Amino acid sequence: MIVFENVEYVYPNGFKALNGINLEVNSGEVVALMGENGAGKTTLLKHLNGLLKPTSGRVLIDGVDTRHSTVASLSRKVGIVFQNAEDMFFSPTIQEEIEFALNNFHFPGDVIKKRVDWALKFMELEEYREKSPFLLSGGEKKRLALAIILAWSPDIVALDEPTVGQDMLQKEKMIQIIRQANQQGKTIIISSHDVEFIAELKPRIILMSKGRIVRDGPSEEVLTDIPVLQECRLLPPQIVSLTSKLDFLGLKPKLARPEEVANEIARRVRHLVNYS
Amino acid sequence: MREVNLEINEGEFVILAGRSGCGKSTLLRCFNGLIPHFYDGEMIGKVEVCGLDTRQHPPYILSQYAGMVFQNPDNQLFALTVEADIAFALENLSFPRDEIKKRVNQALEIMGIEELRDKSTLELSGGQKQKVAIASILAMHPKILLLDEPTSSLDPFSAKQLIDTIIDLNEKHRITILIAEHRLEMLLPYASRIIIIDNGRVVLDGNPREILEKHDVIPYGVSVPRIVKVVTHLKKTLNNSLIPWAPLSVEEFVDIIRRWEKK
Repeated sequence: MIVFENVEYVYPNGFKALNGINLEVNSGEVVALMGENGAGKTTLLKHLNGLLKPTSGRVLIDGVDTRHSTVASLSRKVGIVFQNAEDMFFSPTIQEEIEFALNNFHFPGDVIKKRVDWALKFMELEEYREKSPFLLSGGEKKRLALAIILAWSPDIVALDEPTVGQDMLQKEKMIQIIRQANQQGKTIIISSHDVEFIAELKPRIILMSKGRIVRDGPSEEVLTDIPVLQECRLLPPQIVSLTSKLDFLGLKPKLARPEEVANEIARRVRHLVNYS
Repeated sequence: MREVNLEINEGEFVILAGRSGCGKSTLLRCFNGLIPHFYDGEMIGKVEVCGLDTRQHPPYILSQYAGMVFQNPDNQLFALTVEADIAFALENLSFPRDEIKKRVNQALEIMGIEELRDKSTLELSGGQKQKVAIASILAMHPKILLLDEPTSSLDPFSAKQLIDTIIDLNEKHRITILIAEHRLEMLLPYASRIIIIDNGRVVLDGNPREILEKHDVIPYGVSVPRIVKVVTHLKKTLNNSLIPWAPLSVEEFVDIIRRWEKK
């Protein structure tokens, strides 16, 4: 369980990036932090494994106060994939890249071998095992970064803007991976301003603006609240924008599959249309 | 790239689409001479930009015709102030001082960022940085703007603003636009053409409405806007002829339905 109690964080240059953050995330939840660039999403993520410690207030990870723990020991529980996956890489081969953390956490040799094989297979990177991580495409680099972290199986997996620079097929793959990891019991925390991606995933959403939490609720509620989205400089998903503009047909803003919306429109316009 | 044959006319607004790694960026780099002059590898065939054979002319000449904006503006900006950044290329090309001043002012004005003139590029938001990157290219008076996923690191609001500015450059200033981008829902209604690339080949090329209506582009990794999916399904459910063309934006579609309602 993750608990933020009155967390405030001020960067050394005086910029207050988090302000009065109170938050509880239970084990096994999927949560998205949303908001414009600079809202405080990444700063919040960096508090999960103690990379940043609150200027005031406290962060508890399964009851452990991050101020009294080290990044090394918190990382066993919390794995963060940063926006620029490449920043995490330094080994000559992809296999060694995954082995590195496992060695550091003192896993036995046979377990390391199994975990590496599993992670490469899960992320569909087996064929690149002996290749340099820097030769991978952008989408593959993201998957490798995630493979590295899932290999040591932290309870909490945080993803910072996982869809930046990803095409649609890679985004679909990312949704599958997130769902699978969640089914294995992982708590997933994603920072993202990709509304269409989040609309597809439908997690609990925490909307942030200027270092504060302005809204916290299920996707169906938060993503259909157009004024609040605008306040956070986010645009509603296209389906929500469409249903909100069809109020004259009696539709309400809602998050639904395109087929469902088409069926609903069809039902409501049939009487308007003169069949020949 | 394999067997690419293309002709792009002045004033066109072209979207390059396809999955990551399909060759969109490679194609863009052929237009300002980065390929074949800067990147290793072999180029077969011929590329002409504004009548110049890219093999015969170096990138510093070609970039005055076709300017490139990259994904990450931090890789493009480096001067101490916005003004100095925009003036940099012109200074290097030994333009007269008055001309540099005039062009910098003009570029700031077109991009609507006059208030950023004296700021440090380090103080800017992602969206502002991308606008400065475009302004520094506009100062060269290019005929063609090449954009490689310019909004990918921007939040939706900043992305929309940037795309609106790019649309303006095309409509008001007649600059030819070639843009590789995954956020198609914001671009499609304004584009005159979409070129879909797969595995280095041009697999589809034409008017966005026709392409999206007649072809299944999902296997090529193209993110079809939800509105297009709604309309496709609606056409199957209702009489096909009722939706006379394929609307590409929510607004267009809502207009069509309003018209039915009035009838």
